[in-house]
Amino acid sequence: MRALVIEDDHDVATYLVKGLKESDFVVDHAADGKDGLMLAASEDYDIMIVDRMLPGMDGLNIIKTVRATGNSVPVLILSALGDVDDRVEGLRGGGDDYLTKPFSFTELLARIDALVRRNRQAPETETVLRVADLEMDLLARTVKRAGQNIDVQPREFRLLEYLMRNAGQVVTRTMLLEKVWDYHFDPQTNVIDVHISRLRAKIDKEFETPLLQTVRGAGYMLREDT
Amino acid sequence: MKILSQLKTSTFQLALLYMVVFATSVFLLLAFIYWRTAGFMTEQTDETIEAEIAGLAEQYRGRGINGLITIIRERVSRDPNAKSLYLLATDDYLKLAGNLSTWPEEAQVQNGWINFTLDDSVGWTGSERLARARVFEVQGGLRLLVGRDVQELTTLKRLIERAINWGMGITLALALLGGFMMSRSTTKRIEVINAISRRIMNGHLSLRIPTRGTSDDFDQLAENLNQMLDRIVYLMEGIRHVSDSIAHDLRTPLTRLRNQLENTLIAVDNDEARDQATKAVAEADQLLATFNALLRIARLETRGNAADKTEISLGELVADACELYEAVAEDKDQAFEQAISLDVKIEGDRDLLFQMVSNLIDNAIKYTPEAGDIRVAVETVNGEAVLEVSDSGIGIPDSEKDNVFQRFYRVGKSRSLPGNGLGLSLVSAVTEIHQGRIELTDRRPEEEENPGLSVRVYLPLYRPLKRKVLRTQQGQQSSAAEASDKPNSEDESGERA
Repeated sequence: MRALVIEDDHDVATYLVKGLKESDFVVDHAADGKDGLMLAASEDYDIMIVDRMLPGMDGLNIIKTVRATGNSVPVLILSALGDVDDRVEGLRGGGDDYLTKPFSFTELLARIDALVRRNRQAPETETVLRVADLEMDLLARTVKRAGQNIDVQPREFRLLEYLMRNAGQVVTRTMLLEKVWDYHFDPQTNVIDVHISRLRAKIDKEFETPLLQTVRGAGYMLREDT
Repeated sequence: MKILSQLKTSTFQLALLYMVVFATSVFLLLAFIYWRTAGFMTEQTDETIEAEIAGLAEQYRGRGINGLITIIRERVSRDPNAKSLYLLATDDYLKLAGNLSTWPEEAQVQNGWINFTLDDSVGWTGSERLARARVFEVQGGLRLLVGRDVQELTTLKRLIERAINWGMGITLALALLGGFMMSRSTTKRIEVINAISRRIMNGHLSLRIPTRGTSDDFDQLAENLNQMLDRIVYLMEGIRHVSDSIAHDLRTPLTRLRNQLENTLIAVDNDEARDQATKAVAEADQLLATFNALLRIARLETRGNAADKTEISLGELVADACELYEAVAEDKDQAFEQAISLDVKIEGDRDLLFQMVSNLIDNAIKYTPEAGDIRVAVETVNGEAVLEVSDSGIGIPDSEKDNVFQRFYRVGKSRSLPGNGLGLSLVSAVTEIHQGRIELTDRRPEEEENPGLSVRVYLPLYRPLKRKVLRTQQGQQSSAAEASDKPNSEDESGERA
């Protein structure tokens, strides 16, 4: 897996490159927009991480240029501009996801994983998702585990679907709020935890092996413990 | 409507004041002229009569009563229009000579000057006329009346009076019109300044007030305002810069700390150490959240309201928030009632509004004991969207109600509960940039222990922009002035029992 980091801040870049290498990425780094654009145009990447504020350039312009050449590589925008407005602008400008500096590395990796996987997967043609003995039929909108029907609310269905599509990956609370509830905000209490524990009661309670796991200090993950 | 608002302007009121002063001066001037003219004419009449009397007296002294009668007859025959009036009568008012047929009633009681009405028997006019005369007794019990017909004089006086009245009326009308026109051109220029100021207040900080280049007082005002705006923008940039620096300088090391704790979490396989690290990560997250909230509030407050606004169904947004939080309330065994009208549309920033609503619901759940009840309602009241979140919790004492919107302010009773004291500050900032207002009231004021709280947020309804109608007539462009028609009804209707 190849990643391109376009970031002018030396500390952040070092930190990013180191972290991504530890997560088994092959990383290229460009410290300004021009080099970054050259690399993006000549190489094939699985993910691009672009800072918005580059010397003499707005990172959004790089993304627009890359997109104009028909390249649909997933792009994660990093930005110190923490406003909701900036986020909307970044996502409209061709970014796939947006993270505000400073960021928790788990959050960054979780988002990168989700982006890379989404791009790798065949477009959503599957009609059934499976994780271990948990089964979700996307057409019939039913959930079964070990052949037993599980009754879920529409929102729980979406939550579970997102977790299943990212099975084996850490999914953060913020990601769930953004992707499942479609709002970008800071909940004062961990309202997501309540929903997760309800879902857990439905899909794990009656069964031997728990699937929905809490990843300390980071978020949740759906996978069979091995 | 426009005329009414025109009448309220200080310029017009000034013009009106000037008009009153002006009209009073005109009135005094005309009154003086009238008084002098009329006085002068009356004096003239009296002098003429005196002269006549002097002439008659001379005749009488020289030729006795017969001479007097002769001279009266002579004078009457010389004056067919009967401008001068004479009447010589006996003691019991029988006519001896003169051109009046009878002794006027007004003259029977007094000597000296009298004013009386002539009947139509005198002269040739055939209408009642006014006259002025002097009467006195002549020796031997005879009475003599010498006077002048003053009808023309009176008519002239009436004319002058009418002219004065008309003159006053026209003066007033002209002054009113002039004041209106004068003040309107001034008002128009002020209105331009006002309209632009309103738009600037609504967040278009780059706008400036246009000047005509004449360097008159309005231009100077506009230039001063523009310079003030430049200064404000500069200061706001400064605030923004400072808050960005805080964000940058403090959040970054905090995040590093958090990342290191995460690494520790992964590295150690001692359960107790992990628990400690997990708690530390949670603390760091709490701190980061506080910084983020603080920065966000600062941003919102400096940004004004140039947010990316779209048409939003407030009802649906609140229903989404309820769906997210209902589970939390259920876990606390709280009744969670919703009365949400889905067709309430407002204009705003979706994420910010969601943050606001979730903060309010979060607070309601947090400050309400187990088995309490929470109610969320959205409705339209008096042309405003109203969001109400009420609970049966510990409430906020009246003395503290104004303070809770301050940053980091926490009501005494709530200090023991988790929270950073920024939730309501954020609610207030979001309401502000949506031109809304907040009301806090006790839900059950009679309860001592848990009076509960009812938070009402009023927001302007979404109004699709009315397209300007361009009329074909020249200069008939209806301007869509920004109407800031805030309903100021403070009544509590729409409250369902």
